[in-house]
Amino acid sequence: MKTFKIGGVHPQDNKEFSAHRPIIECGLPAKAVIPLVQHIGAPAQAVVEKGQKVKVGELIAKAGGFVSANIHSPYSGTINKIDSYVDGWGMRQQAIFIDVEGDEWLEDIDRTPTVVRECNLEPKAIIDKIAAAGIVGLGGACFPTQVKLMPPPGKKAEVLVINGVECEPYLTCDHQLMLEHGEEIVIGIQILLKALGINKAVIGIEANKPDAIARMKELTNRTLGISVQPLKLKYPQGGEKQLIDACIGRQVPSGALPIEVGAVVDNVATVFAVYQAVQKNMPLISRVMTITGKHLANPGNYQVRFGTPLTDVVALAGGIPEDTGKIIGGGPMMGRAMVSIDMPANKRVSGLLFLPEDESRRVEPENCIRCGKCLDACPMGLEPYLLAKLSEHELWDELEDHNVMDCIDCGCCLFTCPSHRPLLDYIRLGKGKVGGIIRARQAAKK
Amino acid sequence: MKPLIVSPAPHAHSGDSVRRNMLLVIIALLPAFAVSVCSFGWSTVITTAISIAACILTEWVISKFVLKIKPTLCDCSAILTGLLLAFNLPANLPWWIVIIGAIVAIGVGKMTFGGLGQNPFNPALVGRVFLLISFPVQMTTWPCPLSFETQYVDTVTGATPLSALKVAIKGHDGSVLNQLPELWDMFIGYTGGSLGEICAFALIIGGLLLIITRVITWHIPVSIIATVALFAWISTPEGMCGHEYALCSLLSGGLMLGAFFMATDYVTSPMTGWGKIIFGIGIGLITMVIRTWGAYPEGVSFAILIMNATVPLLNKIRPKRFGEAKA
Amino acid sequence: MNVIVISLLVLGVTGLVAAVLLFFIAQKFKVEEDPRIDEVQEALPGANCGGCGFAGCRAMAEACVKADSLDGLLCPVGGAETMKAVGSILGKEAAAVAPKVAVVRCNGTCEARPRTSVYDGTRSCQIENALYVGETACAFGCLGCGDCVSACQFGALSMDPKTGLPVVDEDKCTACGQCVKACPRHIIELRNKGPKSRRMVVLCINKDKGAPARKACLNACIGCGKCEKECNFEAITVENNVAYIDFEKCRLCRKCEAACPTGAIHAINFPPRKVEVNAESESKKEVKNENV
Repeated sequence: MKTFKIGGVHPQDNKEFSAHRPIIECGLPAKAVIPLVQHIGAPAQAVVEKGQKVKVGELIAKAGGFVSANIHSPYSGTINKIDSYVDGWGMRQQAIFIDVEGDEWLEDIDRTPTVVRECNLEPKAIIDKIAAAGIVGLGGACFPTQVKLMPPPGKKAEVLVINGVECEPYLTCDHQLMLEHGEEIVIGIQILLKALGINKAVIGIEANKPDAIARMKELTNRTLGISVQPLKLKYPQGGEKQLIDACIGRQVPSGALPIEVGAVVDNVATVFAVYQAVQKNMPLISRVMTITGKHLANPGNYQVRFGTPLTDVVALAGGIPEDTGKIIGGGPMMGRAMVSIDMPANKRVSGLLFLPEDESRRVEPENCIRCGKCLDACPMGLEPYLLAKLSEHELWDELEDHNVMDCIDCGCCLFTCPSHRPLLDYIRLGKGKVGGIIRARQAAKK
Repeated sequence: MKPLIVSPAPHAHSGDSVRRNMLLVIIALLPAFAVSVCSFGWSTVITTAISIAACILTEWVISKFVLKIKPTLCDCSAILTGLLLAFNLPANLPWWIVIIGAIVAIGVGKMTFGGLGQNPFNPALVGRVFLLISFPVQMTTWPCPLSFETQYVDTVTGATPLSALKVAIKGHDGSVLNQLPELWDMFIGYTGGSLGEICAFALIIGGLLLIITRVITWHIPVSIIATVALFAWISTPEGMCGHEYALCSLLSGGLMLGAFFMATDYVTSPMTGWGKIIFGIGIGLITMVIRTWGAYPEGVSFAILIMNATVPLLNKIRPKRFGEAKA
Repeated sequence: MNVIVISLLVLGVTGLVAAVLLFFIAQKFKVEEDPRIDEVQEALPGANCGGCGFAGCRAMAEACVKADSLDGLLCPVGGAETMKAVGSILGKEAAAVAPKVAVVRCNGTCEARPRTSVYDGTRSCQIENALYVGETACAFGCLGCGDCVSACQFGALSMDPKTGLPVVDEDKCTACGQCVKACPRHIIELRNKGPKSRRMVVLCINKDKGAPARKACLNACIGCGKCEKECNFEAITVENNVAYIDFEKCRLCRKCEAACPTGAIHAINFPPRKVEVNAESESKKEVKNENV
């Protein structure tokens, strides 16, 4: 079994709460809020007006730039207003408010569970269809998928790496998706291969999902060029650069994109969305979320349409546990702690994790004892203790020298620090500052 | 519902702590301590207890009244320093010298620099070397092991294997080598020397425990041991077999204690793999240079302290970055 | 005897040779510098705070000597007096400047702003601001971690544990602007000190609409525009749901203060009002003045 070469940690995976729970479809709300920013890049531009009737799957906001994504209505009903709402982190965002009426779909969307295998589209047509469907990377970064499928001039894709790692503890949605929709995922991979004009794909799956490995192996047995690569359990294997290193043994250079080493990475959930869009004309209007926690009554994997209030989904999972101290959007390593769950589901939130109060507090930091454990843990081969110290003293130039921009925010340094020092807090701060300095410098050059 | 707690990611922790690491080191030292109790009897217990108590008290007094910071006794680092200091002292050292050593170790070696994590030199070794220079007679008068008798040893003293070796090298007199104890005796601790350094076997067991529990990495012990063995094998004096001399160099003196427990002290050792290896090679070389040509029979303490001074420089060595090498 | 003489001679000759060498080297590598730079530097406060926009007092002195006129060059710490002194050294006219003071434009005290979460990360406003809205529902208000306090070199800022807000000590504040830069939410503003240190300020920068702003904080400006209508001097503008008083135009009539329904407008360092105000609100106002 392979894994990535530098650093990494072994957090307790805690997936037993929601693993192997079948995906349950969440019901429709009375009112829905569809955020206009659900991806990295420019916000989408609303193309509907107040009072307009929409059907499920209708375009309600179009991409606001090259790096941006379309947004489709997950509901049928009337547009109530286009206004701001407060998200789970207390910030105001623009959104389209819909009063849900019935469940009327656009006619050309195929809602039957039949698996459609044949795809006779040209690569360009496939990419157009993916772009039109508003598909973004559902692994967490939410980068528009069509952009990845169009390598910049001079770069050539060679391998498609499929991320079925799900290295974040607690989360199980990708795992369950592979078990239930493995067939569709394999077709989705074939579609992506066709779009890229290549014939090699590797599916990376961590060893803690033996049934998913077996299932995907069985499905890819007869398909040419697609192989399953079981991976040794280690966080952050799902990081794009780490996954490429683990699966095909190539290291993306500092500051470069995966295409530099001929790799394109997509998450299994994204591949499933590609299948849905290309074969079934279904735009990206829902995703599978893991709702989990040690004391949650009914943890599991839920198919949620975007815009459904998270409170509805949580109610389905048994309501917020009594002793909750922290609610995290995403997994415990990279997820963001939320102020409230009074916000709509969207493309970005892959799960909700309810931590009991006794696990929510940070431990008081002690002096750095220079043990060097953060250096051993850093998957990018950086010196977290030093970066944090430089950032604390606002030495931005030196921070840049020490490659602070390589940091992938994985949290291994803070996870491993025996002194509980808030290393990543400061590194993130430094990254923000240095990023600003670099952008200003580039702007000045132009 | 109560307001939720919000903090930046990650929200999970490995559960590792300074205290856990220190406690594991203390546990790893226990086998050697047990051997010492068997060899030197009550004097081991008394010396160790005095040393630990003095270290804790010194740290508490200085943090409370001088630095006015919250005393960090809970992390067990003062206990560890006390234990390591005792391991480096002869078992029959007068109690007041032990206390002076502890005060110097914590007061000068650690707290002057601001406490845990700030000191450039290993506190226990600062204390030990201070005593070695200030009280050379007491510090080099070793009790002979009693095997399993437990009477207080004060009068029975003898040469350590290292001083015998020194005489052999200096005087080109092979006959002195007959005084050397059997290698097996040195391995299991039936030999003279400081309280905790006599039994190589127990120390190796402890060291392996630390490596298995990931408290320390293999780099420093392995590089020290390899360097010393190689150096000894090359520079074997006449009248001795190379393997025997190499083994003798490894098993004698504070080498095992130094390699596994003193040199690997987090605060005073480098952080990167290559830094650690260079650090270990440096300690091995300096130790053997002192043992072969220096005035003192033993050089591990000095070697570690000298290499401690190079740590800031060694920390400039950067770890291998992701994507740096061409794939 | 001989030894002493020889050693004296040797040392003496060595010293002499070294001195001569040094003299010539010093002559050769002498850097010609305007002596006025030293004089100007002498006149500057020497705090090296960077408030003037230069790297320190020396750099400021160099800039002053080089510049054709002193327009645009200001030592906020020394103020008009220092600039006058500098001007007299250089024979240039120093522009008249009104002394300024840092004003914390947030009055979201603990009582006024209900806590909606507990922040458990590093105590730094910058880090907290990058993470989320903060411990209250106000996305514009003070986070209370004290970045401004640690940025101040003059000890003029301190956190009030009661209100959770920073307090400016007007006697110590030099208006160097370091706190303005340190605040990630741009709450602190340098404003004219005003006659007898009296001034009118809107202590809120919440750009949310009235209802959510009010819900987040009782002391918030709700952008109702009453003050704008009340003002006879066009000093008040309401933009993005928040009022702003232009200190150049304000005549300190205090009408807006009375008009503000949420008490977001504060009259600072005024004597307590005598007429038309009952004792209760007067004592309230005093409390506010202390908070400022």
